[in-house]
Amino acid sequence: MSSLANLPTAKTGRVLRYVQALREAVAQEMHADPSVFVFGLDVDDHKGIQGSTIGLVDEFGPDRVFTTPLSEDAMTGVAIGAAVAGLRPIHVHIRMDFLMLSMNQLVNIAAKSHYMYGGQVNVPMVVRGIIGKSWGQGAQHSQGLYSFFMHVPGLKVVAPSNAYDAKGCMIQAIRDNNPVIFVEHRLLYNTDAFVPEESYTVPFGKARVMTEGNDITVVGISNMVQEALRAAELAREVGIHAQVIDPISLSPLDIDTIADSVERTGRLLVIDNDWVMCGAGSEIAASIAERLSGSRKIQIKRMGFAPTSCPPTPELEAAFYPNPRTIGEAIHAMVRPDAPHWAPDEARTKLAYQLQFRGPF
Amino acid sequence: MSDGHQLDPQGLSRIYRMLRLIRRAEERVADIYPSDKIKSPVHLSIGQESAAVGVCDVLAADDIVSGTYRGHATYIAKHGDLPAMFAELYGKVTGCAKGKGGSMHLIDMAHNVLGTSAVVGTTVPLGLGVALAAKRRGEKKVVAIFFGDGATEEGVFYESLNFAALHKLPVIFVLENNGYAIHEPQTKRWATDRMCERVETFGIPTTLVADGDVLAIREAAVKYAERARRGDGPGFIEARIYRWREHVGPGFDYDQGYRSKAEMDHWVARDDVERIGRMLPADQRTKLDHDVETEVEGAIAFAESSPFPQLEELYHNVLAR
Repeated sequence: MSSLANLPTAKTGRVLRYVQALREAVAQEMHADPSVFVFGLDVDDHKGIQGSTIGLVDEFGPDRVFTTPLSEDAMTGVAIGAAVAGLRPIHVHIRMDFLMLSMNQLVNIAAKSHYMYGGQVNVPMVVRGIIGKSWGQGAQHSQGLYSFFMHVPGLKVVAPSNAYDAKGCMIQAIRDNNPVIFVEHRLLYNTDAFVPEESYTVPFGKARVMTEGNDITVVGISNMVQEALRAAELAREVGIHAQVIDPISLSPLDIDTIADSVERTGRLLVIDNDWVMCGAGSEIAASIAERLSGSRKIQIKRMGFAPTSCPPTPELEAAFYPNPRTIGEAIHAMVRPDAPHWAPDEARTKLAYQLQFRGPF
Repeated sequence: MSDGHQLDPQGLSRIYRMLRLIRRAEERVADIYPSDKIKSPVHLSIGQESAAVGVCDVLAADDIVSGTYRGHATYIAKHGDLPAMFAELYGKVTGCAKGKGGSMHLIDMAHNVLGTSAVVGTTVPLGLGVALAAKRRGEKKVVAIFFGDGATEEGVFYESLNFAALHKLPVIFVLENNGYAIHEPQTKRWATDRMCERVETFGIPTTLVADGDVLAIREAAVKYAERARRGDGPGFIEARIYRWREHVGPGFDYDQGYRSKAEMDHWVARDDVERIGRMLPADQRTKLDHDVETEVEGAIAFAESSPFPQLEELYHNVLAR
């Protein structure tokens, strides 16, 4: 995988894993602001949401770090009410799939309160949802359902792809006066980056250029940023230079940075961590087509989950997702449509952080 | 029925004035409605004012209420700004939600009236969140959460009872049981009507006020507000009341066949506005009635004379700064 120093984030300092960066962000904000609290099923148990909340209850006490009944609907309402009353809740869901049980509160109340009540109330809350992958997560532990939330005005949606952005986005999300859907990918938890110890924010609505290149623009979302980076690295070996962009924030979405890139490259490949139909990648593709198709000849391709539910059995599961091999193949086909078929060597497309992953989570 | 002797004369006149204010405000809404000046679906509380008035009468200014889309009564009973309510119904920029809420989304945070929702049951847990915040800060505030019998069929209602009891939240649950969810009677929706028994299994004390008596509702609210302030957790009041008008809109609908006129006549005969009014000296009542008319007409005049929002208001308040 890409070496640490190649990330366009911090270049020096401590190396932290994504999960440690998340935890550090929350702990720092809890120290800075007594109105911040963390709740959700299992946030205070011995596993601490795969380590991301571990020890917080010891540090801040059970009034500020507590578990909940399995009542996602009511607990989301509790978070909204607490936010309206001036607290800053962080509501944790160990899988994003469970957010479907919170949908009514999030869409009908959280997203609309500021507008529908004429600006009388704010709803400053963070909803953490973790996307699972591999080791048999199956149909209901693997979904990347962020496009549902992007659809609704009044919600912000972010999906950081590395430890640096995870910390900065989390601090930004906690300080934001709006409901923020914070999308985490389980397989990113063990990825490293340089992460400053001090508190900092990553602004929403500003995409990050991950690698420079003039041949094709590749936009990855969440975990797919890492997969796209590996594909780009392999494509570079055959002389194709991809500019990989991470939107980081899906709503608001920085379409300008992507458009500037596509204006130069003329080619856009979007790799979603979700189904293609009505997905974030489709929104990006449509926005770029709308913006540039009148002025420039452009080529657009979308990739994402197979249009099926996610199967747990390994061979089928592998075929369900885009990966550095299929992404690299698509990059090559778009840039050199007349050249003989090329795809990266299968053995070199395995990402280290994915290979080391073991169950049960 | 309670005869009100636990209340001082000022208390009785205060309750009458509020019952009358809600009744007249909503009757005027119904009068105006056919003019199409109010382009907002109105769910009137006419006939069922006693739950809001009985509970809100015992609340302090910094206590909080959470109401429903049939929420005019709760809003007014908690001293929500009446001109801003009418202006909201008219869609005017001076409305409590700048014309972007309408009748179903009233709010007045200055008077601790939380926003109401058109999706049945959704606001029940919001009240818990506000109560949780008050408890965390060591404040002695009480949150009264109003909801209808339809809301009790939502899973979120039981989730909320459990969480409130588990965390001993300072909450009064107020079930405004008018016997109908839109047009469907409770007998077609509930396996049994033993709601208070169900609620008690969560360790929450309950009071059933089967005749909707405002004074009995008030007594229960006094008891549960004290309990909540002591830190002993929530209480539950089931107030059986009756909606005189149609589910949504200004009219009556006894010709539609889903309920009988005789059913309403029973409730009209024990109307609390009249009953409490008769407990007051005649001259006092006349004066209160006059004051109420002045207040309501003033609010209507404010709404009529207020401007509509400018077009740029469409894009304001999508996101908070």
